[in-house]
Amino acid sequence: MLDDQDRIFTNLYGWDSFSLDRARSRGDWDGTAALIKKGKDWIIEEMKKSGLRGRGGAGFPTGMKWSFMPDPEKSGKPHYLVINADESEPGTCKDRDILRHDPHKLLEGALLAGFAMGAHHAYIYIRGEFYNEGSAVIRAIEEAYDAGLLGKNAAGSGWDFDVVLHRGAGAYICGEETALLNSLEGRKGEPRNKPPFPAMAGLYACPTTVNNVETIAVVPTILRRGGAWFGGIGRDDKNTGTKLFCLSGHVNNPCNVEEAMGIPLKELIEKHAGGVRGGWDNLLAVIPGGSSTPLLPKEICDKVLMDFDSLREAQSGLGTAAVIVMDKSTDIVYAIARLSYFYMHESCGQCTPCREGTGWLWRVMRRMVTGHANVEEIDMLLDVSKEIEGHTICAHGDASAWPIQGLIRHFRPEMEKRILEYRKQAA
Amino acid sequence: MPKLTINDIEIEVAPGTSILQAAEQLGIEIPRFCYHDKLSVPANCRMCLVEVSPGPPKPQASCALACADGMNVQTDSALVKKARKGVMEFLLINHPLDCPICDQGGECDLQDQAVSYGFDRSRYHENKRAVPNKEVGPLIKTIMTRCIQCTRCVRFGEEIGGMTELGLMHRGEDVEIDTFIGKSITTELSGNMIDICPVGALTSKPYAFKARSWELSKTESIDVHDAVGCNIRVDSRGGEVMRILPRLHEDINEEWINDRTRFAYDGLKRSRLDRPWLRDPQSGALREATWEEALSVLSAKLQQAKPDKIAALAGDLVDVESVVALKDLLGLMGAGNLECRIDGARFDPAERAGYIFNTTIAGLEEADAILLVGTNPRREATLVNARIRKTWLNRHIPVGLVGAACDLTYPYEHLGETPQDLEKLMTSRSGFAKTLKDAKNPVIIAGMGAFCREDGLAIHALLHDMAEHFGAVRDDWCGFSILHDAAGRVGALDVGFYSGDGFDLGAMDVVYLLGADDFDMAQIAPESFVIYQGHHGDNGAHRADMILPGATYTEKDALYVNMEGRVQMARRAVHPPGQAREDWKIIRALSDATGHSLPYNDLLELRERIALEWPHLGVVDVAGAAVWGGFGEAGKTTGQKFKPTIENFYITNAITRASATMKKCAQSLMRDECITEKQDMEAAE
Repeated sequence: MLDDQDRIFTNLYGWDSFSLDRARSRGDWDGTAALIKKGKDWIIEEMKKSGLRGRGGAGFPTGMKWSFMPDPEKSGKPHYLVINADESEPGTCKDRDILRHDPHKLLEGALLAGFAMGAHHAYIYIRGEFYNEGSAVIRAIEEAYDAGLLGKNAAGSGWDFDVVLHRGAGAYICGEETALLNSLEGRKGEPRNKPPFPAMAGLYACPTTVNNVETIAVVPTILRRGGAWFGGIGRDDKNTGTKLFCLSGHVNNPCNVEEAMGIPLKELIEKHAGGVRGGWDNLLAVIPGGSSTPLLPKEICDKVLMDFDSLREAQSGLGTAAVIVMDKSTDIVYAIARLSYFYMHESCGQCTPCREGTGWLWRVMRRMVTGHANVEEIDMLLDVSKEIEGHTICAHGDASAWPIQGLIRHFRPEMEKRILEYRKQAA
Repeated sequence: MPKLTINDIEIEVAPGTSILQAAEQLGIEIPRFCYHDKLSVPANCRMCLVEVSPGPPKPQASCALACADGMNVQTDSALVKKARKGVMEFLLINHPLDCPICDQGGECDLQDQAVSYGFDRSRYHENKRAVPNKEVGPLIKTIMTRCIQCTRCVRFGEEIGGMTELGLMHRGEDVEIDTFIGKSITTELSGNMIDICPVGALTSKPYAFKARSWELSKTESIDVHDAVGCNIRVDSRGGEVMRILPRLHEDINEEWINDRTRFAYDGLKRSRLDRPWLRDPQSGALREATWEEALSVLSAKLQQAKPDKIAALAGDLVDVESVVALKDLLGLMGAGNLECRIDGARFDPAERAGYIFNTTIAGLEEADAILLVGTNPRREATLVNARIRKTWLNRHIPVGLVGAACDLTYPYEHLGETPQDLEKLMTSRSGFAKTLKDAKNPVIIAGMGAFCREDGLAIHALLHDMAEHFGAVRDDWCGFSILHDAAGRVGALDVGFYSGDGFDLGAMDVVYLLGADDFDMAQIAPESFVIYQGHHGDNGAHRADMILPGATYTEKDALYVNMEGRVQMARRAVHPPGQAREDWKIIRALSDATGHSLPYNDLLELRERIALEWPHLGVVDVAGAAVWGGFGEAGKTTGQKFKPTIENFYITNAITRASATMKKCAQSLMRDECITEKQDMEAAE
């Protein structure tokens, strides 16, 4: 369990004000200029040392991502930092608490990250539904400008840095980094082809790095306490640091909690969420990392560790670390069918497999709920999901396929049972 | 130069080449729907997936992935085949599969690729999606349920057409191609969307349910509706032209044609002159006549008249052969009053460089600054305008316009409307004058609007001086270009179908109109005997005392010279109707009747005779490299504004006037434009 002194988000629950003076009393904006004086190479080196992996779901090493940005003098173009606050993955609510309760961590992190990648501008793209959260961030930005922490010579560092908050209109796909850039440019939120990656041609075709809110918000603390400190927390050197977990579903006490990477799932649920409703043995399955990650049945949940690589070995993923707990009262097929509907509804419609496939998946899943299907169709469903996976422009196609693949992997007997029962009734 | 292997074949390609293009160079076919080599690459159909190593363990879209050194590409591996099959299946699950009643059937990318890469049965047992059809004007028929959302039409509109009229609306399964909101597609290039649509979602409205592609005979020919000389394919069945499609010619029209070229073909079947007619002196009405009677009456008339009282006018659609034959015949009779500039354009045709598009259409892509004078290229030569837009898209070159303001689909600086504004440019050292002066390859394009006026010769001289002043004329570059709007004009000028001193049309006893319709017939004296040789019962035929039925451009083998001075060969697709004959043959027959037999008996002999006197007309498909010289007559210009020569894009000549489709376009599309222009003006006030 994470020690209290190792917690980064000390106002996660909003017990204190998010205002600048209270944030300062919690240690934010402390010696920011001195960190910047150490130079961008030092910052990127510390980030690499910390082993921080992107908190948006893909888990790409952050230090490495920053180092892909070209030399600003050579590129001859403005560089941009874009912060992805379009948190829309069902089950995920971690960025929201940072935005409304600890926005100064984000702003300070933006300055440090922006400096490290040669950006004078940062955009925070926030989902439209986060109205109050956006207002809190705007308040924080105003406070920071008034205190000289942003703008010309930000925080006395000699680096000019502006932060702009942009509200999205609430499309899930705009959380995909290149769709986010399109939306930010005023275009339709459709993901772009990669390559070119945003580090080469991102916002307005300039070098851009898109980072998740949590990724940026942990940067100041990592730099102040050292990459080695952050790297020392966690399971191994590839799954390091602290992580915000969002525990929801059939638990006694749904909550957001900061914990060490690699904590056993069972311990996480029992310690922080008050256990599964009706006891651990009443557990049916857990979706460990937001709606797109394949679910895990109880046998796996008993032992699995919550980090990137352990969950990958369990054929799932850490994703955004949004743990959705389902007890035995859950209609598991219906639950996944509902997710299928979500992915159909949120597909941008640009590329063929996702546009056509997500609807197909949902229509078959809808029949699977009642059992109005053939047993062979389970294999067809799996095959169709495989035809979507990996064939699309962005990861939305994968995200629509994985929950169904997880369901078939672990709950195929349940699906077959329903089909046979439906047949019996019909006869 | 990246070196890579595709299916174990090594290839070295230019940097920036995509894998799909590299495979094409090797003759390896990669299926695709959304990719089009003249449009941007969205990679959204996912049909062109290939396996690339090193790289992620999933197939990559080959259209969007640039070749890199050491790549190993497999286009036919099991992984790729599975992916393609999957994509094909997805495309078909919501496709209506109504091929038997689809006009695209037989020339449909989806149909062809489904055969090559698809399943032979469907696994999809859910309800299919239906999409409401859109009403986008008189040219394009939409059956949107067939649409596979490749967005080729959207990109064509944005990139080539320069008008963002179509877009992809909504999202997910509900995406639809539509106009905003319910408007017509008004770009003059809209017909090309039908060609690039890989399925039957956008089809030709006039051609709907008329024919199947495999029952048409295809004739490669040349268009005459403007002076661009677009390469076309005439598809005919029996004696009827069923449709007209573009043919690839990178130096002229790339693979586009405008809507007049494509859709005016129904005019070829209406109001046609199919037999000779004679005006009865007593009743004053036209009556049918036989060829023998007509030719004998005509030869008598020609022989009675004094040679200097005979005049001949060549119209906008005439071919080189008939012009030469008529010139030869009248020459043998001693008559020399000839004119091909029936629109009244006054410029000096002494030097060829003074009246052709010296820069060449493809050469526009090298231009650094363009000055347009008295022209609206979008209406007068749509494909030239499209080329200027292409250059502007690539490099954002500055464009200036002296003439009536209009929407050219790219931004330009409006420098004035009178010849004085040109003179100002000559004396100025700042602004656009500096831009032109500093440009490496400046271009000055003058349309007929600059010459169809009293001071045309002076303007011609002024433009000559401007070209030299701005450094537009070098050994390796000629930036002086005249933009013609009549297909027959350059050819007729090349063979000297004009009189240096001019003549008074009103004083002529006999006037021979060779397809000349587009001028004021009142210029001809009422007592003159007028012969009209042409294909449509149009202005010329109404005035005529004798009508000789000729052939349209789809009905004869003929040479045309486009505005670049490029000689191109049109080929006969169908026969002329009734007793109508190819035009040069009519003149040849007339020459026998007059006793001045022309010394050629077939087309080859005639072409030999042409090539002997004008060697450049004997070489096909070479843009004219003309020698620079002095031309024009320096003089005083008036303060009159330059006026556009084409008011209505869709109706410009006898064929389009007979075309019901063009009439519909003029009524719906041009009206839209007039309304928006009016609204813009009101808003500006």
